[in-house]
Amino acid sequence: MDSAFIIEKSVVIVTVFAITMIMAMYSTYAERKVAAFLQDRIGPNRAGKFGLLQPLADGLKLFSKEEFFPNTPNRFLFVVGPAIAMSTALMTSAVIPWGDRLHIFGRDVILQATDIDVSLLYIFGVVSVGVYGIMIGGWASNNKFSLMGAVRAASQMVSYEIAMGLSMIALLMMTGTLSLKEISLQQSGMDWNVFYQPVSFLIFLICAFAELNRTPFDLAECESELIGGYHTEYSSMKMGFYLFAEYANMFISSAILSVLFFGGYNYPGMQWMIDNVGLNVANILGIVALFIKICGFIFFIMWVRWTIPRFRYDQLMNLGWRILIPLSIVNIIITGICILAFK
Amino acid sequence: MSTAIQNISLSGRKKEVSHKEMTFWERLYLVAIVKGLIITIKHLFRKKVTVQYPEQVREFSPVYRGQHMLKRDEQGRENCTACGLCALSCPAEAITMKAAERKKGEEHLYREEKYAEIYEINMLRCIFCGLCEEACPKDAIYLTLSKELVPASYDREDFIFGKDKLVMPLEMAIQNAQLNNAN
Repeated sequence: MDSAFIIEKSVVIVTVFAITMIMAMYSTYAERKVAAFLQDRIGPNRAGKFGLLQPLADGLKLFSKEEFFPNTPNRFLFVVGPAIAMSTALMTSAVIPWGDRLHIFGRDVILQATDIDVSLLYIFGVVSVGVYGIMIGGWASNNKFSLMGAVRAASQMVSYEIAMGLSMIALLMMTGTLSLKEISLQQSGMDWNVFYQPVSFLIFLICAFAELNRTPFDLAECESELIGGYHTEYSSMKMGFYLFAEYANMFISSAILSVLFFGGYNYPGMQWMIDNVGLNVANILGIVALFIKICGFIFFIMWVRWTIPRFRYDQLMNLGWRILIPLSIVNIIITGICILAFK
Repeated sequence: MSTAIQNISLSGRKKEVSHKEMTFWERLYLVAIVKGLIITIKHLFRKKVTVQYPEQVREFSPVYRGQHMLKRDEQGRENCTACGLCALSCPAEAITMKAAERKKGEEHLYREEKYAEIYEINMLRCIFCGLCEEACPKDAIYLTLSKELVPASYDREDFIFGKDKLVMPLEMAIQNAQLNNAN
């Protein structure tokens, strides 16, 4: 473990952290712009050119707001809630392979904070901890609407995690590894998993919506029923952290979807580029390809938000337990048969 | 040919409601969701309807009833003779006035022998119905001419508009006269 290695990893980690933050920031901007455009409006355009400074203005506003504490015996937990939500949202970005490798200063810089062989399991674990952020915050608010929102969020996330995990098993039977780097390497060129596992992709996508607490599954914070859900009592930057965590999660989910099903940093003709143009250029293009895919997914998530109305709670549970879970089990069986037949 | 009364659709938009069982594809909802997504994505490329207010102001329709204006004739004389029909017709009792007699040497100011010395409209009472305009026998009061909204204020006193705010500006009267001559 030499010092250059530590510096290299620090740079990668800081960059990934910064990019996640910036993407989350500009997701709020994109959300408002996409919402506006889909509703024939213009959206924020006063702060800076095209309103590009709007996220900064929003952040400044949240920072300068009064810190309000509700009458609660759990002041400590009230602060811990958004902290957990925020840190879990940022932790998942550690295992995502943003690109293959760059050759700088005579070293191979691997564009991934860490390549643990149970990356996927790690992501599932961290995402599950994210429920605690919402649950603790809602509980500590000492408000029935917050508690209701938190309970809904927790039950929804727990039940959709099962279907999500089962849909993953079908994919893992095919790839044979939990490492996201390995999965990316296996999908080189256009050999993307989505062509082999469309059902698995669909289930994972639906579950990702549910895990993100976004429309059509945003029952945890539905304004018309629960005021603001689990963050009703939150104000100032603690509120900002919850919102920010949601957008960071959206970015990470889009990244995971791209890596697992849409080939990660692979793009058609990548091998040709490595052979003819050079490793660095090819791999930087790979990073760009990954970000295009991620932005595509982020746009899709927003697009769906302004298209589909919210589910009723029993419909949500019905979909999760009685449709998605059996469907993913059938998918596992079919995948198993196919693997036996063709390999 | 006569149609049954149940089948007549005056608006042309009548739709039969059916309770047939949904097919497998319909029950999947995926087709419906894709249809919905196509509808929303079309809106992404539509013309935006936003009016960017401080720079862009929405135009008034020609019949928009805004702030009242007491009209002058082509020679710049006030039309109003303080007959009080507008105040009488006003359902909100927003108008008060005090009449005065025209003195010698004021013929260029007032068209007839009697004029309104004080003419006040309480804009908080006014409902902008336009009945004063309809009642006026001298073509003196109009709501459509000014093309202005009554401005907001923090003070109730500010909403009692006297002749200083209501009478048509002289330049406008002169302009109108010139336009009329040109025609």
